[in-house]
Amino acid sequence: MSDEACVPINWEVDVVTARQRGRALASELGFSRGDLALIATAISEVARNILEYAGHGEVTVATAQDGRRRGIMVVARDEGPGIADIALAMQDGYSTGKGLGVGLPGSRRLMDDFEIASEVGKGTTVTMRKWVP
Amino acid sequence: MEVPILKQGSYLIASVQSALTDADLRQLQERLAGMVSRHRSRGVVVDLAAMDVMDSFASRTLRDTAHMLRLRGAATVIVGIQPEVAFAMVQLGMNLEGIATALDLEDGLALLDERVGGGPGHVR
Ligand SMILES: Nc1ncnc2c1ncn2[C@@H]1O[C@H](COP(=O)(O)OP(=O)(O)OP(=O)(O)O)[C@@H](O)[C@H]1O
Ligand SMILES: [Mg+2]
Repeated sequence: MSDEACVPINWEVDVVTARQRGRALASELGFSRGDLALIATAISEVARNILEYAGHGEVTVATAQDGRRRGIMVVARDEGPGIADIALAMQDGYSTGKGLGVGLPGSRRLMDDFEIASEVGKGTTVTMRKWVP
Repeated sequence: MEVPILKQGSYLIASVQSALTDADLRQLQERLAGMVSRHRSRGVVVDLAAMDVMDSFASRTLRDTAHMLRLRGAATVIVGIQPEVAFAMVQLGMNLEGIATALDLEDGLALLDERVGGGPGHVR
């Protein structure tokens, strides 16, 4: 797929670039308009978290394949401070910043698969997938 | 990219033309606040038809903007949110509670007329 991309996240404008690249790939994969908005919104949230809590990192969008299922895989990776209590961070309304604490739990709702791995002092990796219906 | 803001009588109309960065959104908030004070505007329509995504930051900033403008004496109506963008907002867990919304610019202006009652210099 030509639209696979790795977008470095260093500035606010990179958040927009990441979601636009994700949308382009998802569109090529045949997702509906509605799904494109869901995917772009989730990418926006995880990319913004990188900027806000880690300062920089990267978002990769790629084709996912599982047997005959095809979809999009989004990986948001940083080497920032990490998350001490992941279960807490995944709760609606929990924020250590000035946010509303919807980014992580909301992204989980927007996508089909959602995994988060994080180690304090090492960084955070969020992996999300959505399958073409 | 700077959002064009048009003055129409006692109203301001801000039309988002493309995807906005966080900085663009903050700048829009500041410019609207400044213009509402300067022109003593009574209503503001923000047209989001070109907005690709309303994530948590964008939703929060628009909500804050509407509250800020209300304190300066102007009612805000958000118009043009695409149905799929609105659906994604709800799934994410965001809403624009407490903010008036309308389908398009025309409906938005009509709603403002109802809310602020027209008066001299009003547009329609
Ligand atoms: N990449 C990250 N690195 C370190 N901490 C993170 C990262 N992403 C999220 N967190 C932590 O998890 C919490 C919850 O994140 P979430 O995105 O759900 O909410 P938020 O960013 O605080 O608010 P919102 O997304 O609603 O603006 C954050 O407040 C932060 O403490
Ligand atoms: Mg967040």
